[in-house]
Amino acid sequence: MTGPGLTPSQTVGPYLGMGLPWTDGPFVVPEGTPGAITITGVVRDGAGAPVPDALVETWQADPDGRFGHPDDPRGAAEPKVAGFRGFGRCPTDADGSYRIVTLRPGALPCPDGGTEAPHIDVSLFSRGLLDRVVTRIYFGDEQEANAADPVLREVDPDRAGTLIAKADPAVPGLFRFDITMRGDGETVFFDV
Amino acid sequence: MTVHQPTAPAAFSLPEYERPAGVHPPLNSPAYRSTALRAPGQPPVLLPQHLTEITGPLLGEGRVTATDADLTTGHGGEPLGERIIVTGRVLDSDGRPVPDTLVEIWQANASGRYHHAVDEHPAPLDPNFSGVGRCVTDSSGRYRFVTIKPGAYPWRNHPNAWRPAHIHFSLFGRAFTQRLVTQMFFPGDPLYFQDPIFNSVPQAARERLICRFDLDLTEPEWALGFGWDIVLRGQRATVFENEGDA
Repeated sequence: MTGPGLTPSQTVGPYLGMGLPWTDGPFVVPEGTPGAITITGVVRDGAGAPVPDALVETWQADPDGRFGHPDDPRGAAEPKVAGFRGFGRCPTDADGSYRIVTLRPGALPCPDGGTEAPHIDVSLFSRGLLDRVVTRIYFGDEQEANAADPVLREVDPDRAGTLIAKADPAVPGLFRFDITMRGDGETVFFDV
Repeated sequence: MTVHQPTAPAAFSLPEYERPAGVHPPLNSPAYRSTALRAPGQPPVLLPQHLTEITGPLLGEGRVTATDADLTTGHGGEPLGERIIVTGRVLDSDGRPVPDTLVEIWQANASGRYHHAVDEHPAPLDPNFSGVGRCVTDSSGRYRFVTIKPGAYPWRNHPNAWRPAHIHFSLFGRAFTQRLVTQMFFPGDPLYFQDPIFNSVPQAARERLICRFDLDLTEPEWALGFGWDIVLRGQRATVFENEGDA
């Protein structure tokens, strides 16, 4: 490497709530947008206790599988849904819960010609994490696409369920995605 | 072919961001006690850098107002403490500036107290300092904040534990791979030797977290100047297609 040295990561610490949350953070699309879904869950530590001082951030494609970003070789897409920004952030509450209001992302082409199932990338920050940890949200009702997904196929089948958001049978448009930072049922985290 | 199929060339190449070794702290760092229940126990699974990873939110002007970069204004009066200027460039590891990217900061006041309900340090709050700032880098990747030098503060990690003075920084860059939250420290702080968070960083990279005092950035009879560049993961210079895997 010939360039300047990378800046190391440090923990967000216990006071991230001062600097990082935004009032509109959880809303990847404005509340009430037709077709919007809510993803909610609880962040738990290695003792099973809810984590009340974490931050969940999400990044995803739009429903057509496009990004408003110039590095997408298909070109930067204009949002077809007013206010869609692809990005969400939500601090956890005292009970460890977060929620994100968004649209279901589309499937994505892979450089080698394969297809990635619809997914949302997640960064988790908290006191006690010296760097973010990264995971992915997939959707339980996309079984066929999930089975062909090149990332899910590399995950230990016994743990892959930690990456699947489950539809709430009682509430249309509500999905459950819990995050376990350590120990029993530990969420699969990725080296990105 | 249906309209729902993603449209792209049959094969295409994407930027590839370097995967740093020996830079970031190990998540399992026992000297920092809070890692014990929060750092993952399983090794991470390698995630290929595909479309979701090489793109990211381009958050800019809409998230900030012109006064957000001056933490000493916007209240009834001037905050107490040592007024400072903190400025530098956001670069990637190729040395290219990262323009138009959001920089968010938060910090303790001059007494070492955060404006946060959880902070029980018996030091005074300052009604003229909330300790939160944000700005967007200019076309050369430069950011600039005016603030107050934060104080050191005690915590309960180990007996008589004190955090060296620091400012929290949050950066997005231009891709999900580049997201970084870190802390900036000050030259000559006597507390480094006992701080497990600062010392969690591999020794060769630790000094990169310390800003430099710069008389050229100092404004006469007004504020001390500190310079600190932030370097995000860059794209690898050459991407080779592995034709054998195609």
